[in-house]
Parts: sequence; C-alpha cells; structure tokens
Amino acid sequence: MKLTDHFQHGLNSPICLTWELTYACNLACVHCLSSSGRRDPRELSTAECKAVVDELQAMQVFYVNIGGGEPTVRQDFWELLDYSIDHNVGVKFSTNGIKLDAARAAQLARTDYVDVQISLDGATASVNDQVRGPGSYHTAMRALENLASAGFAQPKISVVMTRHNVDQLDEFKAIADKFGAQLRITRLRPSGRGADVWDELHPTAAQQRQLYDWLVARGEGVLTGDSFFHLSAYGQALPGLNLCGAGRVVCLIDPVGDVYACPFAIHENFLAGNVRSPGGFETVWRASELFAELRQPQTGGACRSCGHYDACQGGCMAAKFFTGLPLDGPDPECVLGNADAALAARSTDTAIPKSEVDHSRTVPTRRPRDSRVNARQPVAISLAPPPRRPDRACDASPLAGVELAQS
Amino acid sequence: MTEREPDRPVGAFDPDRPYRRSRSVALRPESFGALVYHFGTRKLSFLKTPELVEVVTGLEQHPDVHAAIDAAGVAVAQRPSYLRALAGLAESGTIERRVIEPGTEKDEA
Amino acid sequence: MTFWRYPMTPSEQPDIVSEEPVVEETLVEEVSIDGMCGVY
Repeated sequence: MKLTDHFQHGLNSPICLTWELTYACNLACVHCLSSSGRRDPRELSTAECKAVVDELQAMQVFYVNIGGGEPTVRQDFWELLDYSIDHNVGVKFSTNGIKLDAARAAQLARTDYVDVQISLDGATASVNDQVRGPGSYHTAMRALENLASAGFAQPKISVVMTRHNVDQLDEFKAIADKFGAQLRITRLRPSGRGADVWDELHPTAAQQRQLYDWLVARGEGVLTGDSFFHLSAYGQALPGLNLCGAGRVVCLIDPVGDVYACPFAIHENFLAGNVRSPGGFETVWRASELFAELRQPQTGGACRSCGHYDACQGGCMAAKFFTGLPLDGPDPECVLGNADAALAARSTDTAIPKSEVDHSRTVPTRRPRDSRVNARQPVAISLAPPPRRPDRACDASPLAGVELAQS
Repeated sequence: MTEREPDRPVGAFDPDRPYRRSRSVALRPESFGALVYHFGTRKLSFLKTPELVEVVTGLEQHPDVHAAIDAAGVAVAQRPSYLRALAGLAESGTIERRVIEPGTEKDEA
Repeated sequence: MTFWRYPMTPSEQPDIVSEEPVVEETLVEEVSIDGMCGVY
C-alpha cells in the first residue's frame, strides 16, 4: 500500500504544521502568502499560545514551523520558542532576519531542537529587493553572517522561485554553501498578495522545465518542501511525499487561532475551525468537516484519464483555487498544458476567489486583470469591527451572511 | 550460534545483541504502523506495519533482536525483511544497542 | 544505507501483470522533514 493510501484514513495528529504567530511584519513582500503587514488586534495572547503548544505536545506533534508575518517581531517570540522546545515540540522558524543580531544568533546556537530558515528571493540585492523591498537582501545576509559566526549549524535559506530568479539557482546554492546553510526552494502560489503578482512573477513553462532539470541534475541536498510535485509529470518524481498535505498531514494555525487546511489557502472555504473553540486544536484536527472532506479518497476528476495523475496528483489545490480553476481539474501550471484552455477561457466576469483576510499595510487599487501594475494604496486605519465572514455554505448567494428581519 | 569477527565495529547491527528504541526518538502509533521522528538527526520515518512497531517498542524487553521479532509474531518468511529493516533503523539511529553490564543495564554511547 | 526511495512514476512501473511473487514492500520509509507540502 502506498503511504498516500494510509493517509486517507487520517492521521491522529499532523506530522508537522505551520503556525503563523503574527500578521505584523517589518517588510511588505509583493507576493506575501499571508498578506501580512499589520498586527491583528485579536491575535492569540502569550498564554493562549502556550496552551496551543501544550496541545501540540499532547498530540505528539514532532515539530512546528513558525512563521507569520515576521514572527520575531512578537515580544514573546523567544519565550514561546523556549516553551515549545521545553515541551518536546521542535521548532523551525521562518524569518527575514531582522532580529537576528549577534546576541540572538549566539542564543540560537546554544539552543537545541531549533531550525532557522532565512527568506531570500534573489541571489543579488537587485533581484531580491524587487520582491522583498529595499534593504531586505542586506538584512538576510547579515543574519546569515551572524548565524555562521555564532556557530549555528546549518540554517536554511528559503527561496520562492519566480520568473526573475530561476536563472540564479547556481548562485543560490553558492550562497548556501558559503554560509554553511541548506538551500530550500519553493513554489510561488497565487495566494495572499501572490494573487496580485502571479501573472507576472510565476515561472514560464520553459522555466518550469529548467527548474525541474536543475533539481534532477543538481538538486541533491536541496530541499523543496515537496512544493514541486506538480512537476513530477515531466518524468522522474522528485524526492518527497509528492502529494498535497492540506488537512491530511499538515495544516495552518493563523495568528488569531483560525485553523486552515494550508498556509497557501487562507480563505473561508478552507477554514476548518478555531483553536479558541471548545476542544481546541485537537478537536479541529480530528473532527472538522473540512478536514474529513479533504481526507476522502481523491478520484482525480478531470485529471483521472491523464497517465501522469499518479505522479502529480492533480497539483496544488491552492494554485487552482486562487486562479479560479476547478479543484477537480488541472493545476494552472500543469506541465502538459492541460489548464491553458481553462485559464484563457476566464473572462472578466469569472469570479476569482479572494480572501477577506488581508493585513497588508497597503491595499491594491482595482485594476484590470491584464494590468501589469501592482499599485497599492495605504490602508485607512479604522476602529470598526472586522468584516463579517460570509456563510461558507452559501458563498454563491448575494444574501450570504445577511440577517433578514422576520416579518 | 553465528560466529562473529572479534573486531566487528560496535556500530554494526548485530541481531544477537540487545537493542532498544533510541532515547532521542519520538514514536507515534498510527493506524498503519507508526511515525518515528529523530530529534537529533531531524529524520522522519514511517514504520509501515504494526508488527514492526511492536518489534521496535518491544526491543527493550528482550535479550536480543531475534526474540523481539518472535514475540511480535512475525512470520518466518518475513524475518529477513524485518532484519534488513532493523539494520536500517540501527544505521539511522532509531534503535541502538543496549549494553548489559553484570548487575546493571548501562547506556552505550 | 537509506530506505527512502522515489515513488515509481507510471513509466517506471512494469507493464506486464506478473505471476511472480509480489515485490516485497519496504517496511520503513524515510522522508525528509521538509518533505511535505503545505508548510513553508
């Protein structure tokens, strides 16, 4: 039996999960999957975070991937890091490096069961800072230098592959080697602010092939977070489980305690519950309707007749969802081009799902889909309560979430 | 009784010796077997049969690996596969030798 | 030695329905802790 068959029975606990500690961030990367920038006033308190760690420990979750926003801008980050490790939950945290000065680097080098992942999207400042903002390359380099000087063993450098950095793969490897780090490359998804820049930033079909060839030829020791399993249809499968883990082996806990199937699917359709509800995270993982649905055997839908379905599993759920494609059809970046017709057929009337969860410090101006300008306006600070979430089951109805007076 | 080379390195898997699950390893039973995570090496493994899980968790109670395999009810035809799997687990640090000193059980580094 | 292996793609699978004994399944499968999608 394949492992994927085993997972269809559901796991008692996630193998690992992503936990975004805050929506606050010192940067404003154009492709941010969580549309981060401003802290949410409802974020979990220190005590609530510790209660989540206690649950993860009881569920024997082996490790947690902490991110955000920028997790280290939380005042209690270091306290929570130690608390997690002391309670048998290993930590890998993803950071832009802003707080990793010499002292913190030394502290991390003394701490066991913690991995550090530095985000970097260009092997040069000019490529990197286009996406992550001025000075961000320098910040990442300084953090890597500090970690190396402190003797921190093998941090990770995590790169989101874009049209502008595919040619820099060898240079990324060289940077990793220089700092004693391990290179990790991941897929850009049209999630969060990524939706605004997807058209111009996602790799071309030729570049996907280039990326796949590089991984096969020179990818030994390079991590991918299993995010390129959609490329397996080119031939030899890449290392990893080669399947979508959403709701099955992984999930996301967001800063306000909402549990989503995947960090690339922060949208009410993929919201399973909230850790503040009775029964906490464990009940959401084990009993939510959404996760039960996702754990049903996948039939393949329109991809069923394709000989490559076993290898690519129909690709990324989030990529399909946020490009307005059906979930039971091909991935927008299907290497056989099976989604091209569906993508071209989208008219300006086609509803492209958009998450209401947006903590950006700027908002996009309305623009036609074919515009290449990613113009954003500053957000007006408001003390109004957060917008009501529409009823999930009635997304299509214009009356969703509206309470009608009874006559 | 198998003849052993006198200078066999301590690290080599020897099913005639006592073993146990490594202390740095977390083992979590699942319906299909178990998930195993080694906190030191950061390696995650799947043990794909309940029998193998029983062998691994039972190692500590038995004088050698063969006895643990017997106790788990592994079919004779399967023994070679199980021994190969256990050798791999020893190599990855999931299981380790335990050294019995006269009167005490002592950790082997 | 590692028990981790690539899953077989359709092109690698044998195309004869075989009467040979079933290929023994590995009892242990190792995966990189990085090796699952849905985590960044």
